[in-house]
Amino acid sequence: MTTVSFSQVHVGLELPPQEFVFTRADLIRYAGASGDFNVIHWSERVAKEVGLPSVIAHGMLTMGTVIRVVTDWLGDPGKVLEYSARFTRPIPVPDTSEGATIKVSAKVSELLENNQAVIAISAIHNDVTVLAKTVATVQLEP
Amino acid sequence: MAINPEFIGRTYPPTQSYSVGREKIREFASALGETSPCFFNLDSARQLGYPDLVAPPTFAVVATMKAGEQVVFDPELALDYTRVVHGEQRFVQHRPIFAGDELTSTVSVDSIRSAAGNDMITVKTQLHSTGGELVSTVYSLLVSRGVEEVS
Repeated sequence: MTTVSFSQVHVGLELPPQEFVFTRADLIRYAGASGDFNVIHWSERVAKEVGLPSVIAHGMLTMGTVIRVVTDWLGDPGKVLEYSARFTRPIPVPDTSEGATIKVSAKVSELLENNQAVIAISAIHNDVTVLAKTVATVQLEP
Repeated sequence: MAINPEFIGRTYPPTQSYSVGREKIREFASALGETSPCFFNLDSARQLGYPDLVAPPTFAVVATMKAGEQVVFDPELALDYTRVVHGEQRFVQHRPIFAGDELTSTVSVDSIRSAAGNDMITVKTQLHSTGGELVSTVYSLLVSRGVEEVS
């Protein structure tokens, strides 16, 4: 596993993009692992009763997944100093084997002191941005 | 019904400590589809200079889940859980979370505002180790979607 040094990066540098798929099974697994059993993430009936199109993915499943574009590039997930996101659109996850696909890209948006960099992340589902203001501050090697 | 802004600053008592286990880190990392060996393999984590398995960057949600329920199920705030959606989330990691950590959560209501019939409440949770070290600060914006009025 290699790590990234500050001298290797510049503003605008694009990280390798990735695609992630969520199925209903992934939502159930995340509910169990995280302890978030909010009904809207597993009951179609309740989700529709409260005005959602379908069962939706946990925002934190999306947020926890898309940061992999940064941590896979970094080679060290412990170097994420700050990470924030706004959940702009829910991701409906149909009860199909295809599930829902999220396309994730990221680029360096700012260089800071002490070999730190800010990474701006974009997460798109069905041509719609599902996470906005998704930003990670990372510690790079000198 | 709008949440009373007098709840801003309300701080709940620190929770019982949460014990970060290796299997929980592995389970959580698997649920995120992670494959990085430092979440699963002790030697890999130690090669990165860590004392034990390192937790994924969003793991603090697990350790703070019970603490956050103090707010979500606070009868005085009276949030309707089925109408609550997660608006924003921010993690500040003062250091990574490791297996073996014992973490206490202290929850407070950071801000309350209303817009377009929705109530928005920001919950701040500070995670401290048993030694008193501040490990993470987590901010969650919860949106309680308003019931559509029939006119």
